[in-house]
Amino acid sequence: MSISLFKFLGQRVVFFIVIALSSASHAQLTIEITGVGATQIPVATVGFAGDTSLGGQIAQVIQSDFQRSGLIKNIDTRSAPRSATPVAAEIAQLRTSGADAVVVGSVASTANGRYEVRYYLTDAATNQQQLAFSFTVGARDMRAVAHKIADQVFEKLTGVPGVFSTRIAFVAKNGRNFSLQVADSDGENPATVLTSPEPIISPAWSPDGRRLAYVSFESRKPVVWVHDVTTGQRRAVANFKGSNSAPAWSPDGSQLAVALTQDGPTQVYVLSAEGGTPRRLTSSGVIDTSPAFTPDGEYLLYTSDRGGSPQIYRQKVAGGAAERLTFEGAYNAMPRVSPDGKSFVFIRREGNREMIAVQDFATRQVQTLTAGGIDESPTFAPNGKTILYASMQGGRGVLGLVSVDGRIKQRISSAGSDIREPAWGPIVQ
Amino acid sequence: MKIAGFLAALAVLTLAACSTPDATTTKNADVEDRTGVPGGPRAANPTSPTTSGINSTAIATQPIAPAVTATTNAGGRGDPALRDPNSLLSRRNIFFDYDGFVVSAEYRAIIEAHAKYLVTNKATRLRIEGHTDERGSREYNLALGQRRADAVRRSLVLLGVNETQIETVSFGEEKPAMTGTSEEAWRANRRADLAYPGE
Repeated sequence: MSISLFKFLGQRVVFFIVIALSSASHAQLTIEITGVGATQIPVATVGFAGDTSLGGQIAQVIQSDFQRSGLIKNIDTRSAPRSATPVAAEIAQLRTSGADAVVVGSVASTANGRYEVRYYLTDAATNQQQLAFSFTVGARDMRAVAHKIADQVFEKLTGVPGVFSTRIAFVAKNGRNFSLQVADSDGENPATVLTSPEPIISPAWSPDGRRLAYVSFESRKPVVWVHDVTTGQRRAVANFKGSNSAPAWSPDGSQLAVALTQDGPTQVYVLSAEGGTPRRLTSSGVIDTSPAFTPDGEYLLYTSDRGGSPQIYRQKVAGGAAERLTFEGAYNAMPRVSPDGKSFVFIRREGNREMIAVQDFATRQVQTLTAGGIDESPTFAPNGKTILYASMQGGRGVLGLVSVDGRIKQRISSAGSDIREPAWGPIVQ
Repeated sequence: MKIAGFLAALAVLTLAACSTPDATTTKNADVEDRTGVPGGPRAANPTSPTTSGINSTAIATQPIAPAVTATTNAGGRGDPALRDPNSLLSRRNIFFDYDGFVVSAEYRAIIEAHAKYLVTNKATRLRIEGHTDERGSREYNLALGQRRADAVRRSLVLLGVNETQIETVSFGEEKPAMTGTSEEAWRANRRADLAYPGE
């Protein structure tokens, strides 16, 4: 990755993230940016002073995060002096290069092989300090500190929390083998959580970001598991007669909504995230699946064909009548509620085209975000500004990202493997 | 790639709670303990004059546990009578129309042969696996495949098979018999498969 690529912002830019890992089982992800925001804030991120190598790398990770956001334009800082603290004359110079804001900082080794990383965000027009933070960090966590800085600067400049420190999970298919993988939001640090000769679908992050619920077919039938990715311990929490599928976490992480067939037709149930006896929520007698909690934990949205075609319904978790939410088109499925609870994303199918669409709860207005093909399994970024979904490109599974206004678009692919079933993890405090 | 040096460990990012340099918390100490740094954050994060007024945070990542490998039962061979190519019992696929879950009359002879076998062998368990084509949501397709498996079960139960002998499950679109995006592949994948123990 070369810093010079950042000059081409606004055009179609392809850059490659190559992961130098010995194990071939981790997906090597490539991120292609195909659309950017209508307005972009110009920011100059100067290479950090102190340890020149680490300092340059920190700035590069921050710039890469800003570029992928589609909302920040990186100003070229290669000729800028590396100052540990803001210097008025240098900021004035970057201001003439177009910068509205300037990030400078330093990285210095401390005791025990650790580092202190500091940064300052300065408004280039007023020379006012906007942010100043210091971090202590081990060498291997230098990317983490860079993402944290990017998150803080992004939030200060846009008013929206950054999600650069978050992780994604997805399923990779290599030949006949399946693996559940997690990676940083920029595709780095990929790690395999589970490998299986049978399919894995429907991963979902717990609200604390430590556990993944998913459906594994390893016992020749769909079973819902909860897997602690930090310990590797996992448990089959829904392994009842028939099929067990579509896990969704309650906002407090204590419960899972699932689709079960233990009583006959596929219906929505709620059970403890530790397992236990499920409580049946729906009784349509036809297909009810893909439950999703609202952020307040009060409602579940789900897909049902009780009206003759798959449509999205809402029902109180405590019980009560189901309310149909979608009316446009003959196939609307797999709802996921936005973090602010104001809208939901879903799959809209017309003929053989499947598109990602969002519907506003209050106005019922539907906006279709992708042109379609086979776009499915949408998942909101934890700041609600971007949707990650599965797509097909040349017969191969890739992941797509689209901003909720439909403007910013990216594609994530992995050479040699199909990737699908994405789940965007929470912001971990 | 220049940043390869950062990739020594596969790591989960965990962020410690924010604190000022003069008021470090036990939350930070938890993170420090995991990363094996003695002395806690105060020692690792010395306060110098230039940090006054700067909020300080310790950041540490926690490695992701090694991958778990899921294994499937290898399975045995089961009753050879079920594999006799001259017997209808060797035929195990029931195909369905698009979005459909009605067992067509053309499969009546196959269903009857399996019903007879199960009525005779009351200890034998049958698993019916429903499948769909790739179109539509994976989770909805899982439910649709279940309906197909359930339809075949009903046909068998109507012929006298004890319901407890049968488990219906679905693979949805996950196990296509034929890959590809074509009418032919889709037709081949809209099916219910009959599987006896050890198969």
